[in-house]
Amino acid sequence: MREFWALVRRDLVLARRQGSAATSVAVFFILTVTLFPLGVGPESALLGRIASGVIWVAALLATMLSLDRLYQGDYEDGSLDLIALSPLPLELVSLAKTLAHWLTTGLLLVLLSPLLGVLMQLEGSAYLTLVAAMALGTPSLSLFGSIGAALTVGMKRGGVLVSLLVIPLFIPVLIFGVGAVGAAADGLSQRPHLLILGAIFMFSLVLSPVASAAALRLNLE
Amino acid sequence: MNTSQTPKHDAFVADRLTCIRGQRLVFTDLSFTIAPGCATVLRGPNGSGKSSLLRLVAGLLKPATGRMTWAGADVAADREFHRRQVRYVGHQDAVKPTLTVDENLRHWAAIYGESRPTKAAVRDALSTQDLTGLADLPARLLSAGQRRRLNLVRLVFSPGHLWLLDEPTVSLDAESVTRLETSLREHLDRKGSALIATHVGLTIGPHDTVELSPARQLDEYDA
Repeated sequence: MREFWALVRRDLVLARRQGSAATSVAVFFILTVTLFPLGVGPESALLGRIASGVIWVAALLATMLSLDRLYQGDYEDGSLDLIALSPLPLELVSLAKTLAHWLTTGLLLVLLSPLLGVLMQLEGSAYLTLVAAMALGTPSLSLFGSIGAALTVGMKRGGVLVSLLVIPLFIPVLIFGVGAVGAAADGLSQRPHLLILGAIFMFSLVLSPVASAAALRLNLE
Repeated sequence: MNTSQTPKHDAFVADRLTCIRGQRLVFTDLSFTIAPGCATVLRGPNGSGKSSLLRLVAGLLKPATGRMTWAGADVAADREFHRRQVRYVGHQDAVKPTLTVDENLRHWAAIYGESRPTKAAVRDALSTQDLTGLADLPARLLSAGQRRRLNLVRLVFSPGHLWLLDEPTVSLDAESVTRLETSLREHLDRKGSALIATHVGLTIGPHDTVELSPARQLDEYDA
C-alpha cells in the first residue's frame, strides 16, 4: 500500500503547488450559488425551497469543471506511462488519483455547502443532512467522473464529452442528494435517501477503478 | 502486495512477437533474448517500430501474437513482477515543472516502492548526471537536456532489472552521454540488462543487435 499513498501524496502536493484547480472549483461553486438570490429575488420562502437543488447542481457542475485535469496532465507529460509501469496495479492508480481529486475538490464542496445554505435561506433543520448528503454524494461524483476523464484522456478538447459521459451517472446522486435535504426540511425521515446515496457510493467505489483502469489501458496503447 | 519485491536477474525472452498498429504490420515473428548483464540495441529506420517494441516489452502495448517470458515464466501471468523488473524511458521526460528536481526524484522513488531515501542518497543519484547543484531548483527552470538527465537519474535511483531506453541521448550534450554510458555500464556489471533504441552517439561495449525493417501495410502482407 506504500506506493498507493505515495501517489496520493504526490497528487496532493501537485494540486497545492498548482493551486488553481481547487481554487477555481471553490470560486465557481460559490459564485454560481450566489447568483441565485440575485436572479430569483430575496424572497426567503422561495429561496429556501430551491436551496438544496441549487447547491447540488452547482456542486455537480463544479466537479465536472475539474475532471479534465484528473489524468490529462500526467498523460501529456508522459508521467501516466511511468505511473502505469509502477508496481501499483492500474485499478489502484485510478483509485489513488480519484481520492486525491476528491480531497482537493469534493471535500471543499462539503465544507462550503453549509455556508451557501445560509445564503440560500435553507431550513434550519436541514443543515446536518445537507453536509451528510454532500459527504456521501461527492465521493461518488469524483469516482464516476474518473471514468469519464479516463475515457477522454487522449483527446485535445475532451471537456464537453466528459460532461456528456458523466451526467447520466451523476443524476441519481443529484436526485437522492436533493431528496435527503428536502425530506429533512419538511420534517420527514432523510434516512432512506442517505442510505441510497451510500449504496451509490459503494457501487461507484467498485465500478470506477475497474472501468477507469480499462479506459486508461486503451488510451495508453 | 509485497511479493517479488526485489528484481530478479533472469533472462528475458521475447518469442515470435507481432505488433500491428492501425492497419500496419510493424513487425512480425520477432524473437530475441536478453541475458542478465547484456545490452541489446535496436536498429532500424524511422517508423520501423523501435518505440512500439519498447512500449510492447514494457507492457504498455499488447502484442498481436507471441509471448514474453522471464526465465520461462510468462509475463502475462505476473504483471506486477514484470513491472518491478522493467524501467522505461520514453520520449517524454515526465518531469513536473512545479516540483523541485529533488522532489521530482523523491516522488518517483516513492511511487516505485523504494523506501524513503536519505538526503545523501538523493545527492549521490543526482551526481551521476551532474545535477547536484540544481537539486532545489523548480524543474520548470530546467533546459530540455537537464530534464532528460533528471529522467535518467530515475534509473540510477530505482534500477529494476531491464532498462528500456527510447533514444536516451536526445538533447544530451557529450559529457552527459558519457555519464549515461557510465551508469549503463555499472547497471550491466550488476547483472542488469538493457534494451536500447538509438541512432547515434551511445557507445555500449559488446552488445546484441535487433534489426527492424520498415512497417508494411497489412493487405500487402496478407497477399
